[in-house]
Formats: sequence, structure tokens, C-alpha cells
Amino acid sequence: MKNITLPILQEVRESLRSGDQLLLSGYLYTGRDAAHKLMVESIIKNDPLPFPIDGESIYYTGPTPPKPGQVIGACGPTSSYRMDVYSIPLMEKGLKVMIGKGPRGNEFLEVLKKTKSVYLVTTGGIGALLSKRVLKMEMIAYPHLQSEAIYRLLVKDFPVIVAYDSIGNDLFGGME
Amino acid sequence: MRKITRQDMINAVEAMIIDANVNLDLKMVIKLKLAMEKETSLIAKSVIAEILENQDIARDENIPMCQDTGVAVFFVEIGNEVFLDFNVEDAINEAVRNAYKRGYLRKSVVKHPLDRVNTLDNTPAIIHIEQTMNDYVTIKMAAKGAGSENMSAMKMLTPSEGRQGIIDFVLKTIKDAGGRACPPIIVGLGIGGNFEKVTEIAKSAIFRDLDDHSLNEVDRLLEEELLVKINELGVGPMGLRGETTCIAVKVNSYPCHIASLPVAVNIQCHAARHKEVVLKGDIL
Repeated sequence: MKNITLPILQEVRESLRSGDQLLLSGYLYTGRDAAHKLMVESIIKNDPLPFPIDGESIYYTGPTPPKPGQVIGACGPTSSYRMDVYSIPLMEKGLKVMIGKGPRGNEFLEVLKKTKSVYLVTTGGIGALLSKRVLKMEMIAYPHLQSEAIYRLLVKDFPVIVAYDSIGNDLFGGME
Repeated sequence: MRKITRQDMINAVEAMIIDANVNLDLKMVIKLKLAMEKETSLIAKSVIAEILENQDIARDENIPMCQDTGVAVFFVEIGNEVFLDFNVEDAINEAVRNAYKRGYLRKSVVKHPLDRVNTLDNTPAIIHIEQTMNDYVTIKMAAKGAGSENMSAMKMLTPSEGRQGIIDFVLKTIKDAGGRACPPIIVGLGIGGNFEKVTEIAKSAIFRDLDDHSLNEVDRLLEEELLVKINELGVGPMGLRGETTCIAVKVNSYPCHIASLPVAVNIQCHAARHKEVVLKGDIL
């Protein structure tokens, strides 16, 4: 287990290798299908993105509503492949770290290598456990999307595995 | 003749939805523990350890185990000697509305598949109703997430493709799904019927008791062979490779047309959230 600070510095990011188990601490942004669609529409219209994306990390999750006293509800990862089509323009705008679950497409992997980004996975279906690793949750954009809105999370010891490293090694072994 | 009131049904369904989302079936917990011991890969072991720790936290703190609290799916069996003076679908939808709000569960249903505006109360549920010759009502419920549901598949095979065709289709479906379906999975396999019947029996297969086996010899042998073959694929927990891809295979079959061999694979993720309740009501 390596302790890694978010946002991940370039030299650290490029030293990560597929299969490395990491504990992330720091800030990241949430976003899934609907928020990605809106962000890419902003890029097409030359409008600003809802947060400065350069070097940043997006975690694909749509949490359950927090119970009174909770920071966040269950917040496990959603399947990443649905974001492939949106991740490509976002990586071209400087997004460097994506966190989700499951394998992704070849086109995504090519752009990931070109932009020296990384794709991390965490275990699907462990939303209760992951909710304990979130210290703060703040609404950033698209409140009408409810659980699908963009939130900024402060995480501590958030467990992930490097699935695709910046030189394109694939932990799934090409097993789609 | 017995009578069940609308409010009793709503209360029971509301409770079972919250219970299903918080407390993983203990039979599943035991199977996951055994699978963890069998795994040789450190990553596979650590993924299953996280799944086990997660369900402990959910149970202890009464919070949902997974953020995808799903679409609520019901199979309702209504005995012929039960009197109901209300619409069962309306009552179940009201229970869904209450449970997803009071249980702090995620609302994951959109009104129309293309304009995608959230209904904000997780209704409508998907409800299957059938009649039985009893004096009680059985309600089976699943909170079915989209990760595994999206990886499910159906195909109309030709009769000549037979048993091997079914096996090939199942293996291809599971391999293509990889980590996206959140393995270790349960596979519900429907064979026979027609276009819509086969998907319904595949779905009802994942509601079966985790330890049961089909009473039909042909289906039981298929369950056994598929379990071995799926695990030989090596997809592993969360698709990160390993011994444990599948915990159980359940096959349901139905008579079909002389020209048809419908097949449907419904995948259930490791967060297999199912509950069953029997309502007896009062003697009328």
C-alpha cells in the first residue's frame, strides 16, 4: 500500500504501475454520466468547466443521500466504460486521474497514454466502507442532478488499485 | 378466506426494501468467506476482504451496502384464498416511495429513457404478479443495480445449437461483462419460453435460495457445469482475475416452440440484495 496525496503530482503519477495498491488522501471531484455529458457540452460551446480540471481527479460515483450525522451516504464506484466517450475530451483538457470500476475501451486507453493520465479502480459494491473514508463533501455544480451532481470530496486513505498506468499497462490483461 | 390490508402490505414491503439494502444474505457472506480462502492472488483476496468488511459496516451502522440501491423488482404470488380490496401495484409503489425516502436510498429511476428526468422517488417498481392456490401472499423483492443488469443478455438460439450453444452464450456474456458486472456474481439463466418469458424466468432464477439446486435433472447438470466453466474463465473478483467469478448458477426452464431456443442471462452482482416476506393477514 502506497500513501498518495491528491491531486497526484506528475512525477508520482508517472511512477505508478498497474497493480499498485494505493491509499489516496486529499481532494477529488465526483461525476458520472449526466455531469460528464454537461461538462463535454461546455467544452464544445467553449464555456468554462465547473472546476479547474488541469491535473485533477474525477471519481465516478453517485452517492446515496447521507443519513443525519453522516458526511456522505454509500459512495462506491460506478462502471467506468460509460464515461469513455466523455473522458477523452476531458483528458485533452487536462484531467489526469479517473477512478471507477471495470475495464474501458481501446480508444480511451490510447488517449490515456498520450496524455500520461492514469485510471484507478476501487471495489464495486463497497459504498458503506468507502463512505468512512470521506471527510468532507461540498456541492460544486449541477445541483439539479441530485446524486449525479458534481461534488468535491476530501478523502483520507481511500483505497484504489492502479488499473491502467500512464504507459498503458492494463491490470485487466486485455480481458474486457 | 383471509384478508390482507393495504397498509399491512405497504409496511411489510417498506421494511423489506430497507432490510435488503442494508443486510447482505448470510449465505452469501459464508460463500464469499470460503472464496476468499481459496483465492491465491493477493488482489483477489483483498477485493473479497473489502466486500466482507463493507457488509459488516452496512449491517452495524444500518446504511446501504452499495450506492446503487437499484430499481426495486418484485415477484408477488397471490393465493386464491386471499381477499385484497386494493391495487397491489399501487400499494407496492407507495412502499417503494416511502422506503427510498426514509431509508436514505438513492433514487435511480428516470421518467423516460431518453429525456432522463429523475422521478425522485424511485418509482415505478418492476412488478410481476402470479396466482397460487394458497391462503397467503408471498412477496419477493430485489434491489437490482444497473452494473450487473447492464451486462445481462438474451438471444434466440436455434434448437440445433442446443446445450453447447447455451453454454457458449453464457460464457461469452460473462467474459464480455468482465469487471463491469461486479463479480463474484450469481448467474440467473433462463432457457425456453419465448422472447419475454425467457427473461422473466432468468430474473426469477436470481431470486432462488443461494443453496438450492434445480429439481429438473437437465437444468441441475447445466447449473453444475456452468459454475465450473464460468470460474475457469479467470475473470475474478471485480474482473481483476482470480478463481472466483461466480458464486452460483441458477437455471430456470420453460416449454418452448418447436423452432425456438430462447436463452437469457441475468447477472446479479455480489451485493445480492433479495428479501422474501409472507403475508397471512386475518381470517375473514
